[in-house]
Amino acid sequence: MKLSTFKKGLHAEDYKYFSQDKAIETLPLPDDVYIPLQQHIGAPCEVIVAKGDKVKTGQIIANTDAFVAAPIHSTVTGVVKDIQKYYHPLGMRATMIHIKREAEDEWVKLDKIDDWKWAKKEDVIKVIRQAGIVGLGGATFPTHVKLSPPDDKTIDSFILNGVECEPYLTSDDRMMIEQTDKILEGMAIMMHILDVKRGYIGIENNKPEAIAQMKKRVVELGYPFKVVPLKVKYPQGAEKMLIYSVLKRNVPANKLPMDVGVVVNNVGTALAVQQAIIDQKPLVERVVTVTGDGVNEPKNLMARIGTPFANLFEACNGVKDEVHKIFMGGPMMGMTQYHLESPVVKGSSGIVAVTGDLIEEISQFPCIRCGACVDVCPMSLMPLRLSKFSQAREVDKLEDFGAMSCIECGSCSFICPAHIPIVQWIKVGKVRVREAAAKKAKETK
Amino acid sequence: MTDTKKSPEEVKATPVAPEKEVKKVEEKPPVKPKPDPRRRLFKSDRMTIVAPAPHNKGRHSVPRIMYTVIAALIPAVVMALLFFGTQAMVTIMVAIFAAIVAEYACNRIMKTGLTIDDGSAILTGLLLALTLPPTFPIWATALGAVVAIVFGKQVFGGLGGNIFNPALLGRAFLQASFPVQITTWTAPQFGQLDAVTGATPLAAFFSGNGETPFVDLLFGNVGGCIGETSALAILIPGIVLLFMRYADWRIPVSYLGTVFVFSGILFWIDPVAYPHPVFMLLSGGLLLGAFFMATDMVSSPVTPKGTWIYGIGMGIVLVLIRVWGGLPEGVMYSILFMNGLVPLLNRWTRPKYFGEIQQDTRK
Repeated sequence: MKLSTFKKGLHAEDYKYFSQDKAIETLPLPDDVYIPLQQHIGAPCEVIVAKGDKVKTGQIIANTDAFVAAPIHSTVTGVVKDIQKYYHPLGMRATMIHIKREAEDEWVKLDKIDDWKWAKKEDVIKVIRQAGIVGLGGATFPTHVKLSPPDDKTIDSFILNGVECEPYLTSDDRMMIEQTDKILEGMAIMMHILDVKRGYIGIENNKPEAIAQMKKRVVELGYPFKVVPLKVKYPQGAEKMLIYSVLKRNVPANKLPMDVGVVVNNVGTALAVQQAIIDQKPLVERVVTVTGDGVNEPKNLMARIGTPFANLFEACNGVKDEVHKIFMGGPMMGMTQYHLESPVVKGSSGIVAVTGDLIEEISQFPCIRCGACVDVCPMSLMPLRLSKFSQAREVDKLEDFGAMSCIECGSCSFICPAHIPIVQWIKVGKVRVREAAAKKAKETK
Repeated sequence: MTDTKKSPEEVKATPVAPEKEVKKVEEKPPVKPKPDPRRRLFKSDRMTIVAPAPHNKGRHSVPRIMYTVIAALIPAVVMALLFFGTQAMVTIMVAIFAAIVAEYACNRIMKTGLTIDDGSAILTGLLLALTLPPTFPIWATALGAVVAIVFGKQVFGGLGGNIFNPALLGRAFLQASFPVQITTWTAPQFGQLDAVTGATPLAAFFSGNGETPFVDLLFGNVGGCIGETSALAILIPGIVLLFMRYADWRIPVSYLGTVFVFSGILFWIDPVAYPHPVFMLLSGGLLLGAFFMATDMVSSPVTPKGTWIYGIGMGIVLVLIRVWGGLPEGVMYSILFMNGLVPLLNRWTRPKYFGEIQQDTRK
């Protein structure tokens, strides 16, 4: 059978074997957690606790009235020790709440929904917001926003994203194998809220166990979902690519999936929704893959948000001394870590430590116009020209050639035989386009 | 063009722990500091790299592409040695050597750092030699290689900047400068070389001597340039290159396909005046040109659509030159002509980016 997929893209060695067979383990509760105030796309939260306050697990410690935002919860029971700037995994110093754990968990539960099938949809969405759920695939877009589309948009399909196309990461894979029923229920809840009848579960073919398990349970539990095995290709997990792979729909540039009637959510998000509605548990923990050839015992860990990365590495029996790079997320789009006290945030799907030479080739050869980047770009852009335009600060041409629809997947930099940092230049170019637009707006005022 | 450039990310290998904390440890030894996270994990003062994604790389590199193409040309070189003997070998060696020297001189003069090791100069020299007749004067071969490197490549700023295929530009120069020597062919003598002149199959056909048998064309028992005698020795490694993706499959397919169809139509109209399409494909330097020169990454288009136009254009120009032009062979000019159009093709055939078509694909 021919598996469906999207156009272009590339095959990269997936390195999933490090942690693919490791069952999810729960990390012991950390003594200190550092919880950043912004762990989602949208408005930042404001602190509503003070230094010295006692907090319980699941208590909201930062919140905002903005719609595109999600509240932040305490993830342990203890006392607020400090509110100050710490190392954020996204590469800056950001304000975080430092909580010292003093006791075992004492839960603050969410509002109870008796039966989600008959409850008011607004109430269910309210609980999902209250639970602080964001897209756990890495983009961290608040889920309640996705679940409340404007009235003029009709949603007819729901896709559960179990693709996990990034090499190394296996957290979604393990979740699908171990928490199948909960994920399916979470998906059913979200589809009920959106009033969508057609549900698809997209899983790449390198996760045969997850596909088999999902297929089996969907039939046994009688859900009307369709499990869609997909050909292994990067970046299939990107929303637009996945929608094309599963439904063959093109999301127009600068538009959202809901413009073509689709909502995509990650399996981790589905699990979090289920736990919020059924178990009344807010989002305080997530599965983090700790892997790479630099880790002594790669594992999939259920870790509290705010746990320092060092704790996770310790649970994996430490790292090898030859580690040269540590990054959060997959190797294609992940952020390099410069401090091991950086905490796990809602978007941390994995931490990878790799060994190798310390010196990295950044660019050794001039572009030979081989066109490899044009062949792999999933958005059908011309990365070689975009990077040249970016270097030359040609903002108009960047826009003409569609730089703003670049999804920054990194395929072009990966494939480039001249080792040119193409995607990095395009990122710079996008900033330049935005700056120019802001400047223009200022001038016209 | 450049040697290893160090970007700021690379130089800025940041320590895992900030310096501040380390200092504190030194100043106040009695106060037990918070355990350094680095000490918790690393035995030594390990530094890690901070760099933007992606953190893994494909296995391709420019030298790898160049040397693979050179390796793919070895069968053609071996066949040339078998049929034309030592003089072919001398020509090849001289061309490569002159190309390397020219590259080195340009590197020194332009102060760009050495670029000999990327293999592109060797490839240019080799390709040039393969397009020359075996009896070509050695000093002229060297001159051609120097012109190919200096005027074909380095004046444009080195590898990646040139518009035309350097080897073919060098050959065009030689063709203009030494029209007699470059069309003096020797009949192949297995294992040795004596100066018996013989016509190339194409020249023979167009002067009315009929078609050379296909078997001779396939195995190379024909007169001609060093590298264009045996069709098989070019075809098989060429197809391997296509599968390795080191040459764009669209180029040979569209180029050879156009030649076959166009000359097939002519042959169907008048089988006596026009050559058989298979003869057109196998004779002359067409296969060498289609698999190794037209596919030169620098001087071919990057967009799929542009590549098709490029190949079809070359095919049409080639047949026009061969059948109605004054020259028996037109591969070189067909490629150079379309090379000149490549910048325009790249501009005209920009692929539509994902979602650019604002149409509703909902079913």
